Amino acid sequence: MKHTLSVLVENTPGALSRITGLFSGRAFNIESLNVAATLDPTLSHITLVTRGDEFIIEQIIKQLRRLVDVFKVVDVSEGEFVEREMSLIKVRAEEESRAEILRICDIFRCKVVDVSPKSYTLEVTGPESKLKAVIELLRPIGIKEITRTGNIAMMREKKTM
Amino acid sequence: MAKMTGKQMVVEALKREGVDVIFGFPGGAIIDLYDTLEKDGTIKHVLVRHEQGAAHAADGYARASGKVGVCVATSGPGATNTVTGIATASLDSIPMVVFTGQVPTALIGNDAFQEVDIVGITRPCTKHNYLVKDVKDLPQVLKEAFYIARSGRPGPVLIDLPKDVQNGKAEFNYPEKIKLRSYNPVIEPHGKQIERAYRLIEKAKRPVIYAGGGIIIANANKELRALAKATYIPVTMTLMGLGGFPGTHELSLGMLGMHGTYCANMAMANSDLIIAAGARFDDRVTGKIEAFAPLAKIIHLDIDPTSIQKNVKVDVPIVGDCKRVLKKLLGAAKDGGRPAEAWMDQHQAWLQQLDAWKKRHPLTYKKEPGVIKPQYVIEKLYEMTKGRAIITTEVGQNQMWTAQFYKFDEARTLLTSGGLGTMGYGFPAAIGAQMAFPDKLVVDVAGDGSIQMNIQEMATAMEQRLPVKIVILNNQFLGMVRQWQELFYDRRYAATEFEMTPDFVKLAEAYGAKGFRATKPEEVDDVLSKGLEAEGLAIMEFAIAREEGVFPMVPAGKATTEMLLV
Repeated sequence: MKHTLSVLVENTPGALSRITGLFSGRAFNIESLNVAATLDPTLSHITLVTRGDEFIIEQIIKQLRRLVDVFKVVDVSEGEFVEREMSLIKVRAEEESRAEILRICDIFRCKVVDVSPKSYTLEVTGPESKLKAVIELLRPIGIKEITRTGNIAMMREKKTM
Repeated sequence: MAKMTGKQMVVEALKREGVDVIFGFPGGAIIDLYDTLEKDGTIKHVLVRHEQGAAHAADGYARASGKVGVCVATSGPGATNTVTGIATASLDSIPMVVFTGQVPTALIGNDAFQEVDIVGITRPCTKHNYLVKDVKDLPQVLKEAFYIARSGRPGPVLIDLPKDVQNGKAEFNYPEKIKLRSYNPVIEPHGKQIERAYRLIEKAKRPVIYAGGGIIIANANKELRALAKATYIPVTMTLMGLGGFPGTHELSLGMLGMHGTYCANMAMANSDLIIAAGARFDDRVTGKIEAFAPLAKIIHLDIDPTSIQKNVKVDVPIVGDCKRVLKKLLGAAKDGGRPAEAWMDQHQAWLQQLDAWKKRHPLTYKKEPGVIKPQYVIEKLYEMTKGRAIITTEVGQNQMWTAQFYKFDEARTLLTSGGLGTMGYGFPAAIGAQMAFPDKLVVDVAGDGSIQMNIQEMATAMEQRLPVKIVILNNQFLGMVRQWQELFYDRRYAATEFEMTPDFVKLAEAYGAKGFRATKPEEVDDVLSKGLEAEGLAIMEFAIAREEGVFPMVPAGKATTEMLLV
């Protein structure tokens, strides 16, 4: 099963490497990873998507908590939560496809962030399923390059980290 | 406040942390710290002959004394040579602080002379580590390092000190106390869990306490003994747990697992309640996991939550310090108010069954005329030392025979690499233990293979005038691997036979130590008494039965009831 973990870690060199090392050293899988500082610059927020049965997830969470640099770990996917991902997609935009791309862009509320004679670069934000749909529609037109942030997530309602 | 150099800070911190002896080997990137140690003159430094020896010696010092062991090495190869020692300490949860020199900060990442990313290399085998980039951070790092090493589930912590940080100056504000928001080991167990556990204990008809190294680390041997005695629950120990409960006690079932006693493995397989205390259900203990203790409910007490539910499903997890948890369980038993006779009655049938198993297949070996049996050597060693020595072992058959035939009654008297299984551990660890207890008898039980992995430390022991005794069980084989080859690889002895071993008696003499050799059974007693009574470092070599095996044995991956017996 897919799990989305929110991890607060000390913003120190090596902290991220300890976390990724833990995953590779124990043959756990990371599907996506996002890291940035929080309002408190001494802490970083990591959103990590992984897969495994309940025993593996329990081990992953315990192992993460054991790391000296890790302040807090929450499996946000256990409760109600929102999850978003952003992607930049550079798509081939020839004469005949330019209008079609803009139409897709409009339907999915994407933004065009860069334009050149032969390409558009789109910014897409949403849950993973939306990104997937946009990518599938753009694929036949010709995707030249794609980057994704990986998921970021937050618990709903009053709960905070 | 007067400013201090980084190297002075390290020496000052060592003093404040109560460190009186350190083990190390100098080099260009750590020469500055050494200079300060020399000028200061209060901390005893043991110069080893290889940095791996320094790490194992610090580890042996820590295991024997319960204090934090400290070792020092230079950058690059000095640092990488400590890695096996660090991993050894890590897998057995031994408190240790390792200082390594590093090239100046400006050169880091340049592939400078003797540069290596030791913090990167040791990240998975330390509890925590630091590369200190600014001397201002050093006091806090030093305090944290010792605190992290010894608290919670202990472990090794490495501090990498670039040359310019050693020489840089800053104010020395050494924190008296420390609180880290991201590191708060749970010491006190949850009351509810104690209740739940006690309710299971009350009902159990066939309970077993399965005690691991956590008992020794937490100094919980008294509490364990009290609980077992009060409730008449038998105790089996892991290799790391030996000495945590007296091996000669009537409730002791001896060691369990791959080379454990018949009785201990049968007890686990038939138990209805296993109380795991500071143990981690390692594969050498459980055997085939699906067949492990099929009838038992499990109470698992451990300071490290990751150990719980890692390999087996647990009914009552209790996170906390073993000493506190056992005290609380004993308290619950006292509050329960059941008299001793009632406990005895409830477990009587079980204890009788265990006794029958003990008698059916006791630990034993076949005597053969004219050949020295290694088990006999260990039995004699036990007799002659009255079980009072600190014993270190190497890894392999020598380790298992020692675990089986030396009855450890006291905690911290068996120092052995259980988790990592490091050949070459025993001798330098004995040096560390002897430094901690100059007046105790310290004996390393070795094989002819493993003793050669850190034989260079003979010079260290001689230089420090340490009267360490080395028992070499010489079969001119890498015996444990040979045993597997005999049993599971059609006796194809691939790379396990030594066609050449040195003359260990002459080798001892070359170092200025004493050497004795026995080649016949009737010489064993004499060689042991001469060796043990010799002044200073001595080697006792025994030419043992070449193809003797360690039994019982549970073949890897089999159920623990499928034991090969003598």
